[in-house]
Amino acid sequence: MPIGDMLLRSVDDSQINTVFPKTFEEYRKWDKSKDELPPEEVYKALFQELASGDKVKVGRALTRMNYSKSGWKSLIKKTSRAIKKAVKKDELPDNYKEFLIETNEKWADPTYWYAMGQMINNTTSIYYWNAIDRTFDENLNVVQQEENRRVYVQTWIKTLKVSVYVTAFCLILGFPVAHLLANLPLRYSNLLMIFVLLPFWTSLLVRTTAWIVMLQQNGVINGVLVWLGIISEEGRLSMVYNETGTLIAMTQILLPFMILPLYSVMRVIPKSHMRAAQNLGAKPAMAFWKVYLPQTIPGMSAGGLLVFVLAIGYFITPELVGGKDGKLIGSWIAYHLKTTLNWGLTAALGAILLGFMLIFYWLYNKIVGIDNIKLG
Amino acid sequence: MKQDNSFVQFKKIDKSYDGEVLVVKNLNLDIAKGEFVTMLGPSGSGKTTTLMMLAGFETPTNGEIYLDSMPISKIPPYEREIGMVFQNYALFPHMTVQENLAFPLEVRKISKSETKEKVQKALDMVELGNFGTRFPAQLSGGQQQRVALARALVFEPRLVLMDEPLGALDKNLREQMQYEIKHIHDRIGITVVYVTHDQSEALTMSNRIAVFNDGVVQQLSTPDILYEKPENSFVAKFIGENNTLNGVVKEINGNVCTVDLESGYGSVKALKINVDNVGDKTQLSIRPERVIIDSTKSEANNFSGTIEELIYLGDHIRARLDVCGNNEFIVKVPNEGSFSHKEGDKLNLSWNPDDVRALDI
Repeated sequence: MPIGDMLLRSVDDSQINTVFPKTFEEYRKWDKSKDELPPEEVYKALFQELASGDKVKVGRALTRMNYSKSGWKSLIKKTSRAIKKAVKKDELPDNYKEFLIETNEKWADPTYWYAMGQMINNTTSIYYWNAIDRTFDENLNVVQQEENRRVYVQTWIKTLKVSVYVTAFCLILGFPVAHLLANLPLRYSNLLMIFVLLPFWTSLLVRTTAWIVMLQQNGVINGVLVWLGIISEEGRLSMVYNETGTLIAMTQILLPFMILPLYSVMRVIPKSHMRAAQNLGAKPAMAFWKVYLPQTIPGMSAGGLLVFVLAIGYFITPELVGGKDGKLIGSWIAYHLKTTLNWGLTAALGAILLGFMLIFYWLYNKIVGIDNIKLG
Repeated sequence: MKQDNSFVQFKKIDKSYDGEVLVVKNLNLDIAKGEFVTMLGPSGSGKTTTLMMLAGFETPTNGEIYLDSMPISKIPPYEREIGMVFQNYALFPHMTVQENLAFPLEVRKISKSETKEKVQKALDMVELGNFGTRFPAQLSGGQQQRVALARALVFEPRLVLMDEPLGALDKNLREQMQYEIKHIHDRIGITVVYVTHDQSEALTMSNRIAVFNDGVVQQLSTPDILYEKPENSFVAKFIGENNTLNGVVKEINGNVCTVDLESGYGSVKALKINVDNVGDKTQLSIRPERVIIDSTKSEANNFSGTIEELIYLGDHIRARLDVCGNNEFIVKVPNEGSFSHKEGDKLNLSWNPDDVRALDI
């Protein structure tokens, strides 16, 4: 249900149609190639609908209109006041077009009218185009956003990149740990298991802030490196509030999600297999590569998928340690959800994220086979 | 067995895992080329450890193992050219049967065509010629067992080790596989070292059996000698069924001794095997099928026993008697139709002094 609602919101544009149904109807008749501005009927309908419109509904519609072109909100608000005044005095204009242009000259600016054209349908794809730095021009053709408004494509790329890196790092770090867990004598492996799970039981926020303490310029790691003379006082590394910080912190936080499925798979691989391989003439490295590793694929893929899925939608950690260039798409989703209240765009971003997951799932199923996954 | 004749030779092997307890103590064992030798013993007797040392997965604490007159302790397992069938087969689940069999050939860089030929030959040998493309999980237990056997033989090792390979099979299949392994051994003449705790398996298959207990080889001999002439009470009890009577040596006369039974039940003439002096405590061992019933001959060793329980087993009747204070005394009566006694009846029993062995206690 929530997913369905989200998908619906990402394309839904019906709400504004309930506020300006007549205006939109007249708008459709406007032949843009002949007239620079819409005909008198459009102005009239808009006037009437603003005069009689429900204040709350109009307010919501304004928010929506502002997404397609900023400036709509103040324009309509000012115009609305003028219209109300005129209606009160019972001074209905003879020519609505002139009246509106008189109240605010922006009504003579065709770009506003073009922007309105984006909203006249009950559904819209604008949010999706926005989510990949595209927008509509006056003729509803898809064009690139202005240069300074392009943020999403690069964030998408960064999100994917960070997710892939985090997954790879988790695999590289997690594999030996899981192997030790599965093969050490019980006494040591239990201890190790506690070390793996301990961070799991600690609050995410605490862990993330701990990384800030560790990684910042005057933090523990830089301090030790300077003290050891490996780096100079001026050469302190900046490891936090950038992509590096995001990578380090996310890898550490997501590591258990890799270790646990790997461990559960490795635990059931009989030790006799490595022995058998050696007995048959394979050197230990060869035995590992040919016999052990292939049997851990279910665990690697389960862990990999799990970490990747979590990483691609990760939000708190990149938000806190990512600084300006470590932000991932999750941060934008949260920003639009809470700050701009542009839920259409939020939903579109979320839907694209979901789409990515499905694509990866499909690819994964093609390559590894979903039956091969094993969580324990 | 002469020294120069031995193909595998354990010389004064000690093995300890923790530096305190020896799981194998001063093991000396020679195995000839082409021989089928079984290490038999209860769990924890050191037999599997011995096998693992031979395979190279454990190193002896003291002593040296020779294979074809070469010391092998320093040779890693992958260079020993010893095939092994593991307890749970250790077939690689991500490879097909063919790939499993090709594995040892691939690592030896044998050409593709030759590999294919050898794999097929090995599969035919275990009668699984058509199963090459299956995965181990698609095979039954017995078939997996055969694949494991074929894999251990396909690279023509110098020696094959088998670690309780039939333990996971049901009884009928186990017996069938025993014969099959024996026949394969007869056919290709490879040296086999086999580990099991099942004495009937050991008796069926082996040329010689080494009976292990407590890290020590109790007796190393052919199956018939082990059964008929056990050298100590452990071997007598472990192999086959065995009746025991405890007593004290009263008189020694050459290789025959007279033993006074406990609690004054009389005296028994027995072979002197594992007793040294008059006055030593001893345990007499008599096989159930060597007890003579209703004997009218007045030989030595005449006793009487009360029937406690009769079990009808078709070809023979198994009678549990109370004889000289031992109420676990078993006698096997051939079913010739003439046995008419009931539970509670008294029987006259006797046995030949040659069939009683005076062993340690």
